Order: sequence, then C-alpha cells, then structure tokens
Amino acid sequence: MTSLAPSAPPGVLTSDGLAADLVCFPTRAQYFALVESFKNDGFEMCVDVCGVDYLSHLERPLPEGVVATRFEVVTNMLSLSKRERVRIRVQAGDDEPEVESLFALYSGVEAMEREAFDLFGIIFTNHPDLTRILMPEDWEGHPLRKDYGVGNVPVQFKEAPGPR
Amino acid sequence: MSEPTVRAIERDELLVAETSEGDQELQRRENTSTSELSREIGAVLRSNDLHIDPMSIDVERRDDETMIINMGPSHPSTHGVLRLMLELDGEYVLRCKPVIGYLHTGMEKTAEELSYIQGATNVTRMDYLSPVINELNYSLAVEMLLGIEVPERAVWIRMMMSELNRMSSHLVWMATNGMDLGSTSMMIYGLRERELILAFFEKTAGLRLNLNYVRPGGVAADLPDGWKDDVAVICDTIDERTYEYDQLLTGQPIFRERMVGVAPITAEEALSLSVTGPVLRSTGVPWDLRRTMPYLAYDQVEFDVIVGTYGDNFDRYAIRLNEIRESIRIVRQCAERMPSGDYRSQDPKVTPPPRARIGESMEALIHHFKLFTEGFHVPVGEVYSAVESPRGEIGCYLVSDGSAKPYRLHVRGPSFVNLQAIPLLMRGGSVSDAITTVSTVDPVLGEVDR
Repeated sequence: MTSLAPSAPPGVLTSDGLAADLVCFPTRAQYFALVESFKNDGFEMCVDVCGVDYLSHLERPLPEGVVATRFEVVTNMLSLSKRERVRIRVQAGDDEPEVESLFALYSGVEAMEREAFDLFGIIFTNHPDLTRILMPEDWEGHPLRKDYGVGNVPVQFKEAPGPR
Repeated sequence: MSEPTVRAIERDELLVAETSEGDQELQRRENTSTSELSREIGAVLRSNDLHIDPMSIDVERRDDETMIINMGPSHPSTHGVLRLMLELDGEYVLRCKPVIGYLHTGMEKTAEELSYIQGATNVTRMDYLSPVINELNYSLAVEMLLGIEVPERAVWIRMMMSELNRMSSHLVWMATNGMDLGSTSMMIYGLRERELILAFFEKTAGLRLNLNYVRPGGVAADLPDGWKDDVAVICDTIDERTYEYDQLLTGQPIFRERMVGVAPITAEEALSLSVTGPVLRSTGVPWDLRRTMPYLAYDQVEFDVIVGTYGDNFDRYAIRLNEIRESIRIVRQCAERMPSGDYRSQDPKVTPPPRARIGESMEALIHHFKLFTEGFHVPVGEVYSAVESPRGEIGCYLVSDGSAKPYRLHVRGPSFVNLQAIPLLMRGGSVSDAITTVSTVDPVLGEVDR
C-alpha cells in the first residue's frame, strides 16, 4: 500500500498531518506546478480552498525552511482512485497576499477562491471573475482578517454596550 | 406635470443603489469579458478535455435579443434566498449566474469567538436540514486534534442519528421537489414522515432542529427509554411509505416528462466542478465517503452506494429515494447491534463530572465551572475532517493555536460548491426546468452563505 501513497515532487517541503494526510508547503512560485503535478498524479478533485490569517501566530510550527507569512491559502485535494487526501498550505504573503488561481486546472475552485478573496482579501491571479461573493458589493474590508474590527459597523441596538 | 416622473426616476435610482450587487451580478454580454462568459456557459470546463477554443463561443448574440431577469432572492422555488440571474432567449436559458450572500451571517467569524464546547451550537445552524451531520463533522475534527477516542456506544449512536437525519433531509427534499413540480400531495407526505423523525430527535436531544446533540467527546445524552420501539416504528413506516412515493411519482408520466433527461451532467464535468454527493453519484461515480473513506463504524454495516447513469434530474431523484431505503437498512442494523456502555468519553478534559458529584465535591463544582466558562484547551495543530452529508462532502478545516477557542474554523459546505454546477445544468433548458434543476441540486442556503 505504501507505493500508492502520494508524494510531492522534490524541492517541496512536506510533513505528515493528522489523520495521515500529506501536507505540502510549496512556495508561491511552486504552488501551481505542484497542484498540476498532483492532478496528473490522479487527484481528480480540488475539494476545498480557504484562507487563514495568522496575524499573531507568525511563529507557528512549520517545517524547517518554510518562511512563514501572515496569510496562508490551504488547498485540500482528493484522489478518488487512490482514496487519498493531500493538503497544500501555501504562504500567500503579508500585506498584499497573492497566489495563482487554480481555475485553469479545476473549474470548481471558482467560488471557493472568490470566497477567500471576499473574506481575506487574497488576490488570485488569472481568476476569471474575482468579485465579492458573500459580502455586499460596497462592503469595506475583509471580515475574516484578524485585525478586522468586530463591532465597527453600527447596529440598531443603540443603547446596548459595545462588544467586550 | 413633470414632477411625478422625476420622483419615479429618483426612486428607481434609490432602489438600484440599495439593492445592486454590482459586479457580482450577471452583466450584459457587451460588458462581460470572454473568459468570464466562457466560464458562465461552461466552455472553459469542456475545453480542458475536448480542446474547444473558448474564443470560438457565440458572443455575437445581440443584447436586444435577450433579456436578463432575476429569479429570487425571495422565490419559493429557490429553497431559501438564492438569487439566480438568468439571461433568457424567449423561454430558454442562455446564461445563469447565482448571486449568493443574502443569508451570510459570518458564522465562521462567530466560531472564532466561541469555545470548543459552544462551537457545536454554531455549526449545527449552517446546514439546518442535517444538523447532526454538521455537529458530527465538527466534533470529529476537534477529537482528532485532541487525540481522544469516543466510546463504542457513542459511535453507534452518532451513526444511527446521522442516518435518521439523512432520511429526514431527503424526505424534505422529496417534499420540496414535489412542490416545485406541482405535486402538493408529495409536499404533505414528505413533511408528515419527517415529523416522525423530528419527534424522535425531540425525545432524544430535547430539540427538533438544531440539536447540539453530537459534541466533542461523545453525544449529549443517552438514548431515551423505549428508543428501540420508536426507531422500529420510524423504519417500518417510512420503508412502507417509500413504495407509496414510488407509485405516486416514479412511474407517473407527467413527473417523468419533467425529470428524465433534463439537465444532465457528465462525470468529468462534475469532478472538475468539485461537485459531490447525489449530484456526483448520479453521473455514475460511486463516491460516498461512508464507503470509500469510512468514518465512525460505517465499515461494519451493510449498505449499498446508489449510483445513477445519465446524471439527469431523474437520476438524482432516484438516488435520494433509494438512499432513504439504504439509511433505513443502516438504522436497523444500528438498533440491532447497539453496544452498551458510556455514551460519552470519560476523559475529564472534555466531559463534565456527573450532576450528582457536583453537590458533594468542591473539585467537581470547580471542574464543571471551568469547563463551561473557560472551556478546554486544544493542542496546536490543523486538521481537515470530512463526512458525507445528504448533499455531499461536508468538510471542516480547523486550526487551533492551543487556546480554548478555534483560531480558524472553515466549513466546506457541499451546497456552496454544488451551486457552481447550476449554470452548467441550466444552460439551454427552459425556465420551468430551471426550477426543477435548482431543486435536484438541493442547495441549503444556510450552508451556502454561512
């Protein structure tokens, strides 16, 4: 069974995740090519793309050699033929996070990348329609960022004390 | 005399300003880039395999020949607040774009403010038709990070409740799909049978809908006295009634006319669009996480994975009807083989002391208080867990920074992803088929928008 286990191409840092997932840590430049190699390797589906904002956790545990940035894009891939999952965590940058869109490989990431853009402000280059998806069009800021002020938007409960 | 017209224009502008979603909306062809246009009509998808040049698609159609209309957000057939913008040529749909977010309440942000114990009350409200499965998925992720085992009985209770929940969710689908096609009797029957299951949920967990029953470490309460009889009645009644639905719908000519061959999707398209659940299985791909990547004790029970052939609306209907029967099989096996023992982990880290101890032991009182005010701390790490919900793969990506609250909780909603198939499915069909198509994809908007 070990021969069926997925492996990353040389040069990409990896670690074993919980539940026996393989976790890869490509650089931004390696990201698209890595996903493409997994696609050619039998990973038919890109299940999930989401962003994470590690504003106060730049010192988080990462394999040796990975340069931690504030934003991370986490891509979960699934192979139906091998019944395997692979997780790809790409460091997306600090102030202007930007990674390449996977749309050319998997059409299904369209909405997920729009969601990550909407809620974190991560730019996906070569995305066909990078607009907000959940928030209203005229919304300011990206609400899932850790420095987004909760309670900044005035609500109707005028007499109530502010949050915390 | 001109004053009323001026006022009308102002009101129209105000209406646009207050309701417009700008670039999120479906734009006129002349304002749409070729890459986006080709995505909307699915050509990019096909070009991967069939090498069709996206530039070769028909962009010559003039805007005055077509009409862009809104279906929703408040339309009874959209199952919530889904807004579909359709470009129509007469009665035929040329392009379609779902505009979502009308139910967005920032549940992923809320989750970062709730402790791990409270988290289950939050996720259960996402896909409100399958609350148990949401909680289960969240609890599995937390347990994986904690590294705790749940007792055997808790595993089987979770499995039985998940399957009952799958039945109730599919019954609602049968009901609303019947309603969309004008079969109001199916609407009443589907909800009537679901009521049996909800009554059992109320007896077990105290609540009918957002149960908060499955929690990290096990389940909230043991099964009530006489549960075996209740479950047997539910299984026998619904099993018998599924054959009535068969008679009512499956062979019915009008129903078949509306469903067979409408809105097909191929396996390649479904895989490329990351579509999961009954929509993927309708194309013939036997992918069901309960079978292919078993969790709980699904590898110890017998059931069949139902697949379709053509990927059309009728296949999706047949899959859901038969999945109700498979769930009944699993529930019966669970009832038969339910092990005895604890219904939740006895690890004091996640489980409060029993009520009787609190009255006599100061330590137990402190422990209880700490657990419910501060919560338990979860080791640093990140994990992705996935289970099969009635709509497909529901995933939970959980990041912990070692505190008592999740650092980031992301839920991969199957409805959110499956919604991307709608423009492809609707293309070229009529408006009346569009309603059936939305129904057979079965999006739950609470999960789409989160």
